[in-house]
Amino acid sequence: MSIHADVNTRPPGPGRTAAARLACVLIQPFLSRVVRRTAARHPSLFARLGPHQTTDFLIDPVELPFALHLRPDPEALVFRAVPRDAAPHTGAVIRGRFLLLLELVDSEQDGDAAFFSRDLEVSGDTEAVVRLRNALDDIDGSLAEETAAMFGAPGRAMLARLRRAYLNDTKGQECI
Amino acid sequence: MMSLAELICPAGTPAALRVAVDAGADAVYCGFQDATNARNFPGLNFTPDELAASVVYAHAHGTKVLLALNTYPPAGKLDLWRHAADTGARLGVDAFIVADMGVADYIAHTHPQVRLHLSVQAAASSPEAIRYYCESFGVKRVVLPRILTIPEIRQIRKEIPCEIETFIFGNHGLMVEGRCSLTNYLTGQSTNMDGVCSPASDVEYVRDADGSMSSQLAGFTIDRFGPDEKAGYPTICKGRYTAPHRPEGYYAFEEPVSLNLSRLLPELIEAGVHAFKIEGRQRSKSYVRGVVRAFRAAVDDIKAGRKANIADLLALTEGQKQTQGAFETKKWR
Ligand code: SF4
Repeated sequence: MSIHADVNTRPPGPGRTAAARLACVLIQPFLSRVVRRTAARHPSLFARLGPHQTTDFLIDPVELPFALHLRPDPEALVFRAVPRDAAPHTGAVIRGRFLLLLELVDSEQDGDAAFFSRDLEVSGDTEAVVRLRNALDDIDGSLAEETAAMFGAPGRAMLARLRRAYLNDTKGQECI
Repeated sequence: MMSLAELICPAGTPAALRVAVDAGADAVYCGFQDATNARNFPGLNFTPDELAASVVYAHAHGTKVLLALNTYPPAGKLDLWRHAADTGARLGVDAFIVADMGVADYIAHTHPQVRLHLSVQAAASSPEAIRYYCESFGVKRVVLPRILTIPEIRQIRKEIPCEIETFIFGNHGLMVEGRCSLTNYLTGQSTNMDGVCSPASDVEYVRDADGSMSSQLAGFTIDRFGPDEKAGYPTICKGRYTAPHRPEGYYAFEEPVSLNLSRLLPELIEAGVHAFKIEGRQRSKSYVRGVVRAFRAAVDDIKAGRKANIADLLALTEGQKQTQGAFETKKWR
């Protein structure tokens, strides 16, 4: 499935907007915990971000009801869910399917390859995106697993289920 | 000199270096966070402290570390390259990869105990040129430009006193290495002196309403990809341009494509190639893991007399297209 199908067929509408707002509220405590913990465990990633620590990124998992606003400023970290119709104007946008984005964060997939295949879209400040990519790529281990572990066995089970779903979805597309 | 078929692997970050080592690299190549190397990308490369720890890790696993100092110092600015060489020598790197004669001369005199490899950026493609570098600076290995066929490599091998390294996979520019000024023309930054082709700060991707995507460099459109068309890097040499005689747009120099010589490995070994280089310091750990593992297995199979069963790497190639370029035939481009 190309991401264009997701992006272009996403119907707006009042019910959907209300659901998106509710989802943002519910998920926010989780996002705040994740970003604080990641920053504490991997302080070296801020050096690679350089001047783009204060850049606003919009990470847009196309099949979720909301997007994510990230400002990786170690002095004032921002990581929040935002309904698409209320998304702030950001310096850079990264768009793709949620599980692809998760795989990219964990370096299970190659960002350039996802860009070549058109499964990943970037716009805005390309240097900011490149810095963020390189900063995340220099992290050993799996951010997804660290995050899942914060929620114990249910968190790990949920991650395993997501990965299985992703593998089933992309079966036949893998190269190596 | 026997061909050892060493695998020389890219590392843009310390984490990628560890992945390359663990995946079976015989040597990794990397650079500092400045213009002394040809992948001077934002957020990429090593601080001296990171390189020190990486050298320890690599050596503990029997892997060599090659430091790329393969750009050309602008007039009067050699100090940055000298300092990088001094730091690399102090940290115990196994070789320097150099292109500029001034840098080569400095290292040959100041750090004669460290091997010198001649970068592809030097574009030394004749026995005469290569012998000059060997005799003048004690170069131990030449990384050959990607313009030679295998019979030509075999012939050169007989006429030079040093080892040969060739690229086997990755990004494939088609201008003479070390001489391309296309980026400089549009952005004012030099690939060969600043170490970056199509700098990210000058690149923009624009999505149109129909799902098409334009890649732009310094405000110039380099290509426009339809909604379901595979994409490539925003490099000028692989741009699609319109011209009065080709109003529909065409690839004037080369289309988005990557080099993949996996099927030519036995012939390259037989031709006397000592080391195989994988391009891609700017790529992710996922790329490094996949490509290094695939070529490690292939080279091991060949050395053991088995038929190499190389994994399909097409999804990692630019534009999802691959070529054997000039290695297969001079007719390429
Ligand atoms: S424009 Fe093409 S040939 Fe020139 S340096 Fe960039 S990739 Fe190489």
